[in-house]
Amino acid sequence: MPDQLIFGMEVVLNGLMAGVLYALVALGFVLIYKASGIFNYAQGVMALFAAMTLVGMMEGRVPFSHLINAIFGTEIHHFGWHLPGLAAVLLTMVVMVALAWVVNQLIFRHLVNQEPIILFMATIGLAYFLEGFGDMMWGSDIKKLDVGLPQGINLMIDETTFNIFGYGFFIDNLDLVATGVAALLVIALVIFAQYSKQGRAMRAVADDHQAALSVGISLNFIWVMVWSLAGFVALVAGIMWGTKSGVQFSLSLIALKALPVLMLGGFTSIPGAIVGGLIIGVGEKLFEFTVGPLVGGATENWFAYVLALIFLVFRPQGLFGEKIIERV
Amino acid sequence: MFYREAGDFKTSYEQDSQTFPIKFDRYRYYAVLVAAFAVVPFVINDYWVNAVFLPFLIYSIAAIGLNILVGYCGQVSLGTGGFMAVGAYASYKLMTAFPEVSIFFHIILAGGVTSIVCVLFGLPSLRIKGFYLAVATLAAQFFLVWLFNRVGWFYNYSASGQITAPERSVFGVAITGAANPPWSAYLFCLVFTVAAAIIARNLTRGMAGRKWMAIRDMDIAAEIIGVNPLKAKLTAFAVSGFFVGISGALFFAVYLGAVEVGEAFGINKSFLVLFMVIIGGLGSIFGSFAGAAFLVLLPVLLKNTLVGGLGWPTDLAAHLEFIIVGALIIIFLIAEPHGLAQLWRVAKEKLRLWPFPH
Repeated sequence: MPDQLIFGMEVVLNGLMAGVLYALVALGFVLIYKASGIFNYAQGVMALFAAMTLVGMMEGRVPFSHLINAIFGTEIHHFGWHLPGLAAVLLTMVVMVALAWVVNQLIFRHLVNQEPIILFMATIGLAYFLEGFGDMMWGSDIKKLDVGLPQGINLMIDETTFNIFGYGFFIDNLDLVATGVAALLVIALVIFAQYSKQGRAMRAVADDHQAALSVGISLNFIWVMVWSLAGFVALVAGIMWGTKSGVQFSLSLIALKALPVLMLGGFTSIPGAIVGGLIIGVGEKLFEFTVGPLVGGATENWFAYVLALIFLVFRPQGLFGEKIIERV
Repeated sequence: MFYREAGDFKTSYEQDSQTFPIKFDRYRYYAVLVAAFAVVPFVINDYWVNAVFLPFLIYSIAAIGLNILVGYCGQVSLGTGGFMAVGAYASYKLMTAFPEVSIFFHIILAGGVTSIVCVLFGLPSLRIKGFYLAVATLAAQFFLVWLFNRVGWFYNYSASGQITAPERSVFGVAITGAANPPWSAYLFCLVFTVAAAIIARNLTRGMAGRKWMAIRDMDIAAEIIGVNPLKAKLTAFAVSGFFVGISGALFFAVYLGAVEVGEAFGINKSFLVLFMVIIGGLGSIFGSFAGAAFLVLLPVLLKNTLVGGLGWPTDLAAHLEFIIVGALIIIFLIAEPHGLAQLWRVAKEKLRLWPFPH
């Protein structure tokens, strides 16, 4: 086989893995959008916030230590304990649920029946708030996150492909884990939405707020639940991305990458988020591999957006989205 | 008492259709103009120009541009930073290619170039709406910044990848470069800001503005009563792009002097201008000014009180700024979706009835 083709295959494989991670973030968007019609721009910052909280918990950092030190002139930074990964994850989940409750009580209860674009802008405000809040709480340094996930080159794939092609593929163990987790998450979510009582209620709310209210579904509870679920997905995405590239501000930009993923897949479809993520992941890696060197590289910054833009012109509802019908 | 239509008789159509029909408003407007042109230039120093006045004037133009698109025509755009970059790079290329032409025309031409680019990226708005469009404009943001970063022709193959404004003057007074007096840059920007405000105000009062608002309120209904959505949307993109381009050109040439595209015109700039429009008031020219003033003054104020007064570290003040801005956006969207401009309007209504409200 020619070298270029083998390299290409490796690029495609890595693209698939990257796509899975995009899809993970995109899932959180779809969940909230389906249940409340809110397009949650803050999803990426939520992932960042979750990852920061997780690191902070594990290392026993004192929340708001910089603020406290600045005001009172003290020098406190750490409680001096280290939590095991699992306990910290659980605690972080509690924080995310609390966050969901606060967000719902303080913001979105007051914005019921507003236009979607107003809600969208409110989530941008939320994103800004959380960004500043997270930094203030845990400090803005780049944090290392290690909850014990395997990392580094997968030797088995390396050896197998070396035996077949005479060239070992480089696949990160972490990407494999992420793929597994994403698959589990999707299956769990689908089962939850289709078969559990709360899942049905969630779908009912998504379909029609008023009708759901009239059959006795608590809108408040469902929304808090959905935001908590999104917080959970954000936490998972935060763990994956945080382990991969450190917990830092650029994490929240990944959420922006999830937007074109959603537009490709359609805002209302969970499978759409997965397929969209894979298409974007493979597409941008392949584009960078083939066209990138000709135009100066770093095309990954914009390829996804432009692809989505062109795609939307021809199919505004995305690949799997429901057809948009407008009436006067 | 003094804020009344009563007794202010209009005797011609010109008077009837003037911008400020109430006498008090009109005089206030003249007073502000006189103060801005004849008083401020004599009293300001370097710090005030660079920290407050220049950013305020320049962001005002950008906010007016974005307000036309978002507030009047209802097409949410997150690509403002990218379009400002187009203005900046267009003015840079023009300034270096035609050094003998006045910088005044370069800036206007830069606005024209941006206008064209903006229309190109506005084309998908004919098919997609709402936040689909908002996300689509992100493509403009990222693509344009990447383009200016990677293609050497745009920054004249300079080693640092930065663009630096060459020294230019108008009527013999230096405007750009290091040696200019503070008032010259201020006046130069002020001329553009006032012109932009007057043009925008009259456009939005006229046929074009009414078409935009019809499209914003319900595009299908607007189409049925005979508004051409293609024309209305694309003119909104064009006008908006023109103003945003001018502000980008001024931002680069007059305010910063040297620019690195990812830093100066990143996604945060897009959000900053959008926040100005939201806080100031969607669909209001005055609101654009109010929002720009608010978000320019807030960091200055925070920095002076927290870092200067209380001795906090700078990064902490920056985080607090994020928190405050984010919270303000949410509070405004919940409590007063029409922004500062609506507070102003309510105050004026109260004033009309004062002191006998019943």
